[in-house]
Amino acid sequence: MSEVPLFDAPLLQVRGLQKFFPIAKGFMQRVTGHVRAVDGVDFTLNEGETLGLVGESGCGKTTASRCILRAIDPTGGQVLYRTRDGRVVDLASLPQRELAPFRAEIQMIFQDPFGSLNPRMTLLDNVGEPLLVGGMRSRSERTDRVAELLKLVGLRPEFMHRFPHAFSGGQRQRIGIARALSTNPRLVVADEPVSALDVSVQAQVLNLLLELQERLKLTFLFVAHDLSVVRHISDRVAVMYVGQLVEVAPTASLFSRPRHPYTAALMRAVPVPDPRVPPADGALRGEVPSPANPPSGCYFHPRCRFAQAKCATETPPLREVAPGHMTRCHFADELTLAGA
Amino acid sequence: MVCAMPPIPIAIEPPLLQVKDLRVTFGLDEGVVRAVDGTSFDVRPGEVVGIVGESGCGKSVTMRAILQLVDRPGRIASGTILYRDRNGAEINLTNLSPRGPEMRAIRGAEIALIPQEPMAAFSPVHTVGSQIIEAIMLHAGQSGRRITKAEAREITIGLFRDVGISIPEQRIDSYSWQLSGGLRQRAMIAMALSCQPRLLIADEPTTAIDVTTQAQVLELLRELRRKYNTAIIFITHDLGVIAQMTSYVVVMYLGRVMEQGPVDQIFHSPKHPYTRALLRSIPSLYGETRTALPVIAGSLPHPFNRPAGCPFHPRCPEAMARCAVAQPVLLPVGDNQAAACFLHHEEAEA
Amino acid sequence: MSATAPAAEGAVVEDRIAVASNWKLVWWRFRRHRLALVSAVVLAMMYAVVLAPDFFSTQNPEATDARQAFIPVQGIHLFHDGKLDPWVPAIAGKRHPVTLRMEWSIDPNKRVPVSFFGRGHRWYVFGLFETNVHLLTSDDPRQRIFLLGSDRLGRDQWSRIMHGTQTSMTVGLVAVALSTILGVVLGGLSGYVGGKTDSVIQRLIELLQSVPTIPIWLALAAALPRDWTPIQVFFAITVILSLIGWTTLGREVRGRFLALREEDFVLAARLAGCSRMRIILRHMVPTFASHIIATASLAIPVMIINETSLSFLGLGIRPPAISWGVLLQEAQNIQSLALAPWLLIPGLVVILAVLAFNLVGDGLRDASDPYSN
Repeated sequence: MSEVPLFDAPLLQVRGLQKFFPIAKGFMQRVTGHVRAVDGVDFTLNEGETLGLVGESGCGKTTASRCILRAIDPTGGQVLYRTRDGRVVDLASLPQRELAPFRAEIQMIFQDPFGSLNPRMTLLDNVGEPLLVGGMRSRSERTDRVAELLKLVGLRPEFMHRFPHAFSGGQRQRIGIARALSTNPRLVVADEPVSALDVSVQAQVLNLLLELQERLKLTFLFVAHDLSVVRHISDRVAVMYVGQLVEVAPTASLFSRPRHPYTAALMRAVPVPDPRVPPADGALRGEVPSPANPPSGCYFHPRCRFAQAKCATETPPLREVAPGHMTRCHFADELTLAGA
Repeated sequence: MVCAMPPIPIAIEPPLLQVKDLRVTFGLDEGVVRAVDGTSFDVRPGEVVGIVGESGCGKSVTMRAILQLVDRPGRIASGTILYRDRNGAEINLTNLSPRGPEMRAIRGAEIALIPQEPMAAFSPVHTVGSQIIEAIMLHAGQSGRRITKAEAREITIGLFRDVGISIPEQRIDSYSWQLSGGLRQRAMIAMALSCQPRLLIADEPTTAIDVTTQAQVLELLRELRRKYNTAIIFITHDLGVIAQMTSYVVVMYLGRVMEQGPVDQIFHSPKHPYTRALLRSIPSLYGETRTALPVIAGSLPHPFNRPAGCPFHPRCPEAMARCAVAQPVLLPVGDNQAAACFLHHEEAEA
Repeated sequence: MSATAPAAEGAVVEDRIAVASNWKLVWWRFRRHRLALVSAVVLAMMYAVVLAPDFFSTQNPEATDARQAFIPVQGIHLFHDGKLDPWVPAIAGKRHPVTLRMEWSIDPNKRVPVSFFGRGHRWYVFGLFETNVHLLTSDDPRQRIFLLGSDRLGRDQWSRIMHGTQTSMTVGLVAVALSTILGVVLGGLSGYVGGKTDSVIQRLIELLQSVPTIPIWLALAAALPRDWTPIQVFFAITVILSLIGWTTLGREVRGRFLALREEDFVLAARLAGCSRMRIILRHMVPTFASHIIATASLAIPVMIINETSLSFLGLGIRPPAISWGVLLQEAQNIQSLALAPWLLIPGLVVILAVLAFNLVGDGLRDASDPYSN
């Protein structure tokens, strides 16, 4: 394939993405409100780059990624995807059956290496399923391709007749990666791909992802809660809080000078693996608010130590404060927050 | 040198807990799994000992063995667990019946547990407060003191205040499922502290919660340790938590202690290749980004497929011929530091 | 070197497990459940009887002889003079001078020689080939043997139990098969389609479960035309049992579908572009098939008990058809019980079958998810 990547046109452009889950109450299941799991998320993803999407549990990062994959249907907004021939399609509005041609191009790596493979199917059938469904009917052709894929992710091709239960967590994660890559995807959504793995195995999988990206020119949306891991693998990082993006920036810029107090608090909370660094005090107070009933104004203001009157009333927009550095804070320019 | 924890004066007081050559086996149909295979370490009063290791290293089983909570088909095959009680008497916990009155009196009152998943530890049909009140009254009764329900309730409210639960008078009457993850873990800590134990075992207490909540819980535990001078065994796989919380570290791999020593030495002059590799392989908030991380080759072996000799040798970059045949023992490699590795000494275990 | 030997052995075990399919793993797990394994053998023997009850009978179950009523259990001896030479102790009857009842006692001096694979009454193998070979027959065709005694009409209880086993075990199996089909289809629809369909099916299940069973059986059994043949009644009873019995299974299947929809590997299949049909047939059904089998095997004893109770009450299978319930009808009055306690033996057979099914079901249930730890 001889494609010239067009860097001016992003591979994926997410605009105003929303996903609300209705809250039904009572015998008649009347809808009494909505959980605003994803509440207007905008970002772009350029070809060949890795965007890290971080946030704490319940912030909507997983829901947002599933909306992009159309594993769930978004409530609103657009997911603009640039196809191989340069057309731009809105994945958010396509009906399920018209999505079929894009399924091969956008793939997913799961968090749980034990739940994401069908335990009753051999590696050949697990990894080869997208190929079979995609029209590769010949078993020998599939066998060859699966062997090639297993080699690609560092597993022995002889393993293909084994069942997933024969493998460790790290090996299963490699199998999951092989399956995701079977259809030559362009975009891979990785949902916490290393958080269920042991420390020593985590590094192997991160290295594999980096290597594969280089070799296959993949674009990653890397969803995770571990800031160290996200920092290590991402070109750019987007931070989510209660269904919204609070900051999007190039990795170096974000970690050296975060512009949103939540990002800074998140970094401070990560325990440093060095006993000579004293524990950061002043842990973030309070709890993450419910996305069913978010606070007024800036969603973070009840927990923010820099909050002022304005923060409780006016919702700050996501705006650019430095080249490529977007943040959703009224006082981004005034604050000097410590990075990592 | 700044230390997260003030260094504990060593060898002044006798150890509170001594685990000696502990072996726990699980007899399964497929074979016997040696979950803990000759583990030894001490815990001194007021000290925070971190046990770190990957899955299957035996850290949780060791903890369960201390509390005599190893479920069948697991059993303590050999070894001793010596505990020095309030009266200075040394008790070998492995000699006590797991369900007997002595062990029940030690559990909770002397040694308390903070589990990973507090949701599972609280009953959903009783209020959190009533469960703690019951524990306080039960243990008071065991030690022959009479305590009224109202008094126990007052103690519980005080504990809730101690662990940073706001409006404790109301929260005491809520059910565990009504509390958020962070509050639930705080309530669990209050429960663990309710009988003023001398040893707390925290089994991955922050693994199930978010990083900002984790920071709150860790801060709380540090504060409580200062206040009550309780010894803590902190079990985790997170090296960051180990560095920030503990004063002494035990590194385990496949049921054996690879290395142990004061936290600063473990992080700044690790002696065992496994400790070194583990420390190198974690991405940090400071290192180079988007580069290959140094990895530990291979994967954790299947529990039925334990390597002979040193359990780490197939993955060890510095393995020698004898590592595959003989098992090195834990021997001193520095000030209060010990490693089980032939790079540092010659002795092997038969 | 002794240190490496166990490690090598470990590697072999691992390889065997590595390529073991789901059903193999289920079997390995089930095998460890000793009691379930023994029960499975018992059930296998019972179903052998179901296939050819006449082969196992010593005589025609309908053959009556008023003079040989209430003969007690004769039993069988396999050895004589240290050699394999089966015989049955003879029975001598004496009429009580006051009550004028026949009183039977074992005559220790007389043996009735019997032999394996002898000739007896004629029967059809699967209704196709005529034969007269039986597992055990009396050498003298005029000398009847009553291994488990006889009833008030002088019919042989052993042979009748063999035929009752055929009816009762078949009713259980067929009723459960029917209700499994109903349960899987309706429960699957309910769980997979959801929405209105789900609501309707769930309400139907609730309705069926809230109906008191005894009155509905009474009503349905009364509705069966009196002139139906035993075979027709038999099928009607089976259908009635399964129409009421599918609800539990339907709920179970629905629950499985709901849970599986959320599984990562099902989502992975969806994202791979699999069709709905492929997801259901390739991913979902194989995942809960073993659970369904376990649940079904736990449902069979319930069906057997239902059939037995119905027939015992005279609402189910009626004589001349034979089922365990019909046999137990003979033990309904206290007089015949006091006189002939062996008429309760069919009850023991019911207990044995129900226990065996429950144990096998338990074993299967425990083995059905080999990936759980």
